[in-house]
Amino acid sequence: MSQYTLNVNNVPKTVDVADDTPLLWVLRDHLHLVGTKFGCGIGQCGACTVHLDGVPTRACQIPVSSVGKNKIITIEGLSKHGDHPLQQAWQELDVPQCGYCQAGQIMTAVALLKKSPQPSDQEIDAALEGNLCRCGTYLRIRAGIHRAAEIAAGRNA
Amino acid sequence: MSANAPKNPSRRDFLRTSALAGGGLVLGFYVNAADSAAKRVAKPSRAQALAEFKPNAFIRIAPNGTVTLVSKQPEIGQGIKTSLPMVIAEELEVDWKDVVIVQGDLDPIYGSQSAGGSRSTPTNYEEFHRLGATARTMLIQAAALTWKLPADQLLAKDSAVHHPATGRSLGYGKLAAKAATLPVPAAGEVRLKDPRDFKLLGTRIGGVDNPAVVTGKPLFGIDVSLPGLLYATYVKSPVFAGKVVSANLDEVKALPGVRAVFVIEGTSNLKGLLPGVAIVADSTWAAFSARKRLKVVWDEGKTAAESWKGFAAKADALAKQPGGEVLRNDGNVASALDKSAKTVEAAYSYPFISHASIEPQNATAWYKDGAVEIWAPTQNPEAGQKIVTEVLGIPKEKITLHITRSGGGFGRRLIPDYLIEAVAISQRLKGPVKLTWTREDDLQHDQYRAGGFHFLRGGVDTSGKLIAWHDHFVTFEHIVFKDGQPKLEVGSGANLSGDEFPGRWVENCRIEQTPLACGIPMGPWRAPRSNVLAWVFHSFIDELAHAAGRDPLAFRLEILGDKGFLPGTGEQGIPYDVNRMKHVLQHVAEKADWGKKTFPRGQGQGIAFHFSHRGYIAQVAEVNVSKDGKLKVDRVVVSTDIGAQIVNLSGAENQVQGSVIDGLGALMFQELDIDKGRIVQSNFGDYPMIRIGDAPTRVDVHFLKTDYPVTGLGEPALPPLAPAVCNAIFAATGIRVRQLPLSRTDLSWS
Repeated sequence: MSQYTLNVNNVPKTVDVADDTPLLWVLRDHLHLVGTKFGCGIGQCGACTVHLDGVPTRACQIPVSSVGKNKIITIEGLSKHGDHPLQQAWQELDVPQCGYCQAGQIMTAVALLKKSPQPSDQEIDAALEGNLCRCGTYLRIRAGIHRAAEIAAGRNA
Repeated sequence: MSANAPKNPSRRDFLRTSALAGGGLVLGFYVNAADSAAKRVAKPSRAQALAEFKPNAFIRIAPNGTVTLVSKQPEIGQGIKTSLPMVIAEELEVDWKDVVIVQGDLDPIYGSQSAGGSRSTPTNYEEFHRLGATARTMLIQAAALTWKLPADQLLAKDSAVHHPATGRSLGYGKLAAKAATLPVPAAGEVRLKDPRDFKLLGTRIGGVDNPAVVTGKPLFGIDVSLPGLLYATYVKSPVFAGKVVSANLDEVKALPGVRAVFVIEGTSNLKGLLPGVAIVADSTWAAFSARKRLKVVWDEGKTAAESWKGFAAKADALAKQPGGEVLRNDGNVASALDKSAKTVEAAYSYPFISHASIEPQNATAWYKDGAVEIWAPTQNPEAGQKIVTEVLGIPKEKITLHITRSGGGFGRRLIPDYLIEAVAISQRLKGPVKLTWTREDDLQHDQYRAGGFHFLRGGVDTSGKLIAWHDHFVTFEHIVFKDGQPKLEVGSGANLSGDEFPGRWVENCRIEQTPLACGIPMGPWRAPRSNVLAWVFHSFIDELAHAAGRDPLAFRLEILGDKGFLPGTGEQGIPYDVNRMKHVLQHVAEKADWGKKTFPRGQGQGIAFHFSHRGYIAQVAEVNVSKDGKLKVDRVVVSTDIGAQIVNLSGAENQVQGSVIDGLGALMFQELDIDKGRIVQSNFGDYPMIRIGDAPTRVDVHFLKTDYPVTGLGEPALPPLAPAVCNAIFAATGIRVRQLPLSRTDLSWS
């Protein structure tokens, strides 16, 4: 067990955990930020996607000991009022079914839109390939990202 | 509210509401915090509570105008938590933004709370109209008394009662106290709305939990948090129902963060509490880490030699033999095949597959003083309660069950194995514990969609008409417990009715079934039976159509013929209206321009239909197969007849598109191997699921509005997808897919 001070959603958080504890379980069990989901534990489903210094990262694959001073942003910290363009678009188009994978989908899409503000379907498919949706909301995920791009463009205009 | 509190129907729901709204453990859990109305939900004072209008268990109107509606059915992604309350809100004439939806706990006051078989909508739709209309009638009556006016001069609209003649209006909140004093009118005094006046039903309403979903609020079973909560993992024999002989419990107990390690003897019921070793720790990771050091010697039992290869060999050996059970025998198949102008013989097979919901199975239980409180993502809370009583001896009245949102269901969470495991562990600890299955547990201890083998022969006459159909179905049986007694039975979802299409439509038809005994747990997987039978039967019908040189649509319409209305028989006992099926089939053909398009080689259209769960669905798939055999589904057109009203257009369309993609995923990728009595695959690395790049480019969904009762949509749109795609692959390439998944067939062409 060691003490770690993590920068989570721009707030320093100190935890006392085993060094090999994946960031996923630190967030969920110790910090009670449960928006980051456990799906597979091997980095295959993307439900645990968070941002580490802006890079979408599988929280189940990052031991707490290797997080260091990197800024962690989780779905809870994506926007103050739940109104990031992707969060807006997801509600506007009613993207979720069960909703379990959607935080991971959104976190991955956030990074895509930063890189490519008006992505094509092909770019979306390539970027989101690592995020499973068992309910099959993929068509609405594509549409949701296009809609978020529109919302963001409107806001920036 | 404690589990053993007295049940007083007139007060208990209020008590529960105030407990939910007033804080405590489950606050963030059930209240939709981002909803505008939710912000107004505060703990009501006693006086406020008395002024609440509560005409039934599902509706509460507070003096501040907040309308709270209870969703009784578990939400598993099918959208029921949004759609059924919409029905009440429509009749109640309440503005949707004034509505707060809360999930009901397990309680007989709500009637059946199981979500399965696409039954939640058809079994509740009419009743939910009446609930809303009754409350509306009483609010109008309260206004009539207040204003001393005849009720027929008043109308309800936008959460208020209005007197159009004078322009006066009173909000529902202001009428609540008076309405609460009125007698509930008899059903005959309550007028339901004319569907032409519906304002909410049939529109697009976003899921009520969406704000919480997109901001990561706790919602799901796995998100439950309690003071002093411990975290558990439960290790079972890789061969199902194997018993613990010995384990290094003391060594594991000494590991960091571990609080307790113990053997649970369990039972041999594959759908109940199987034997295993529980590890309880300070965190999920401590429990998972300790598990890696656990060594168990298992008594693997009699099924430890089973393999898929062995089952397939047995099935092959049975292919030419008569079946064990004759499910149907019309006319004379042997002579009809002899007389046929063309015959086709084919063997179709499909593997066991997993539900693989992304939220692994989990449950939280808090056993204290002979009672238990449970939080579980369950589709079937009643089954969970029942088995806890039967196996762990906790009486029904001492069980409180909170139904959480489920991260996918697909039938998996109808089986309460994970729920009883959590309770058994908590009962030993006498404290709160959350059991979380690993993905490996989830994949290797599922209630699987059974594999199966069909040995088919069919014949058409000189005019190209289907005159002979023979299927020898080799399926699986296992031991199930009925009232505590073991019984060998064909697996749930592994059965076939002799009435299944085209059973009742072909003059000479013989359907036989031989089950192979196995130790693999089988359970309902979205659209049980139908999810593969439609693929087998509509693929083989397509083979026969092509053998006869017929258009696959015309061939199918001819088979459906003029049978009209067929009585309900078979497992679900639902009548089959042939005209409704022909209607959707013709509709989908028209929308997809069936037969009007010409495709280059490598591209093509396929058609299929299926009736299940009261729904009539036809689909046309358009595919593109590259020369090296890579499949892309360009477009799927779906025509759907599920009756007179689509409740929530957004949710309904999402269900159909999801069913298409789910069906495509099962078709393309899903396959479990069985070896040494256990499941070989362990995680998404060796059990691939469909990803976004393989989703169709387009899925066009058409809802036909018909005069029939409103039915469900969680399942029926899935079955026709696989045959529509496989028939399109044949049209594109000449390659017939007879084995699932698709990855077993080389689709390359030149």
